[in-house]
Amino acid sequence: MTDIRRTVDAVWRIEGARVVATLARVTGDFGLAEDLAQEAVADALTQWPESGVPRNAGAWLTAVAKRRAIDAWRRRERLAERYQAIAHDLTEAAEQEWQPIEDDMLRLVFTACHPVLSREAQVCLTLRVVGGLTTEEIARIMLVPVPTVQARITRAKKTLAAATVPFEAPEPGQWRERLSGVLGVVYAVFTEGYAATSGDRWIRPDLALEALRLGRVVARLLPRESEAHGLVALMEFQASRFAARVAADGTPVLLADQDRSRWDRSQIRRGQSALALADRVGRGRGSYALQAAIAQCHAVAPSVADTDWDRIVVLYEALGRIAPSPVVDLNRAVAVSMATGPATALRIVDGLASAGALRGSYLLPSVRGELLARLGRTEEARSELLTAAGLAANEREQAVLRAKAAAL
Amino acid sequence: MKYMLIMRATQEAAEASQEMDFEEIINAMGAYNESLMDAGVLLAGEGLADAEEGFVVDFDAETPIVTDGPYGETHELFNGFWILEVASKEEAAQWASRAPLGPGSKLEVRRVTDECDFADFADNEYVQKEEGWREEQAARAEGKGAGGKG
Repeated sequence: MTDIRRTVDAVWRIEGARVVATLARVTGDFGLAEDLAQEAVADALTQWPESGVPRNAGAWLTAVAKRRAIDAWRRRERLAERYQAIAHDLTEAAEQEWQPIEDDMLRLVFTACHPVLSREAQVCLTLRVVGGLTTEEIARIMLVPVPTVQARITRAKKTLAAATVPFEAPEPGQWRERLSGVLGVVYAVFTEGYAATSGDRWIRPDLALEALRLGRVVARLLPRESEAHGLVALMEFQASRFAARVAADGTPVLLADQDRSRWDRSQIRRGQSALALADRVGRGRGSYALQAAIAQCHAVAPSVADTDWDRIVVLYEALGRIAPSPVVDLNRAVAVSMATGPATALRIVDGLASAGALRGSYLLPSVRGELLARLGRTEEARSELLTAAGLAANEREQAVLRAKAAAL
Repeated sequence: MKYMLIMRATQEAAEASQEMDFEEIINAMGAYNESLMDAGVLLAGEGLADAEEGFVVDFDAETPIVTDGPYGETHELFNGFWILEVASKEEAAQWASRAPLGPGSKLEVRRVTDECDFADFADNEYVQKEEGWREEQAARAEGKGAGGKG
């Protein structure tokens, strides 16, 4: 890649979202705005090697894109009103200091995460237009070919146009639901980086850190929304463990076995600040803030034994009430086993088993096996662990479970 | 990757800033800092008080000597820093070139080392001790967050 290409990419990362947001407001068409911005980027690639990188690169890209829009409209001799408005806007604004408008950014985030799009498309559009990643970067981190990303983005824009999605923030009535969709997209990007579902690496810090940055952007746009801060806190705490989560040979290291001196302390402190902020603006913790609070307990504990398990149990109980799920219950059982012992925990797990929860997943028998082993019920424990091994899809996981069964 | 932007100002820049409206400087710097926060790249940053309040420790002699100055041959003063988390060196350069600074000012941009740079010394006694200290700091911050337990 040439130097100018890398510089243009850097400018796009910083300015892309605001350029598209401004163009979308002016044209009223999100897809067109994205196309115009990309054409302006292409112009930059050919012109900046000669002219140098303009001091106000964002304003340059916006002005070039607007001119292209005017040319197109002029050729088509229609939308006269829009043409006049945009032309007026251009002459007025070209010389002024470029002032991006936060409302536009917010609309951009909500449009890219519009529920009419598939989650896949939401993630692609968000990374591209809100995160400022290039198609090549998205392809690299999503581990798909460049044409696939291009096709997803093109399809997403067509879908938005076909559904005549206006470029606007949602109505108050839809606000909460739509916001949770936005946070869900950010967390989906993070999760993909935190525990990659595909590819040869277990974690992909580049993707997770990009999600963290997106989360910070959303939290800055919506400073009164507690859950936005809660999500940032959760991601900071989880990301603080990156260096310790993988052994030198690439094998995953579980929380209990991690070298805690390798956790990123400054990241943990940022997580604490974000969670404190979530508490300050919110009336009670939401699901992300509760998960962040659990992650915080681990982050500040000197060891597994010195972890505040009582508090973790209470936090899981709260989480189970606002976001009930058998996985939360199972995690609570593990915390209970650490706080009060395996017998109480086994009752919770048996309750889940008899309710038929998590059927077909190795998680439940593996936890049950561990608890039985701690209770000295060796035969039953071995059988449960082997059942779990049979259900686990990951070969490494299977080997660990068989080894545990054999060691009993 | 993390980069540190180190602000350096010559006497010329310091004198020029005396002429300017201080509130204007604060506003320009504040707007710049806000753009860094909005983009989610700002991790830390501090400004430094005037050099008159500081001093220099010189290691030329056998015993280090504490003096009021001078501040190096170029008379460049280090008067503030930002730490940014960005995707590339070019992105760091783009952010740096947006800082509201005038003639006489320079930004030195350095990559901040991370885990990987010290991977060979992870078992070193003092590296481990320092991590222990960082854990204590984090625990203390946590205690404060949880209701002033100390």
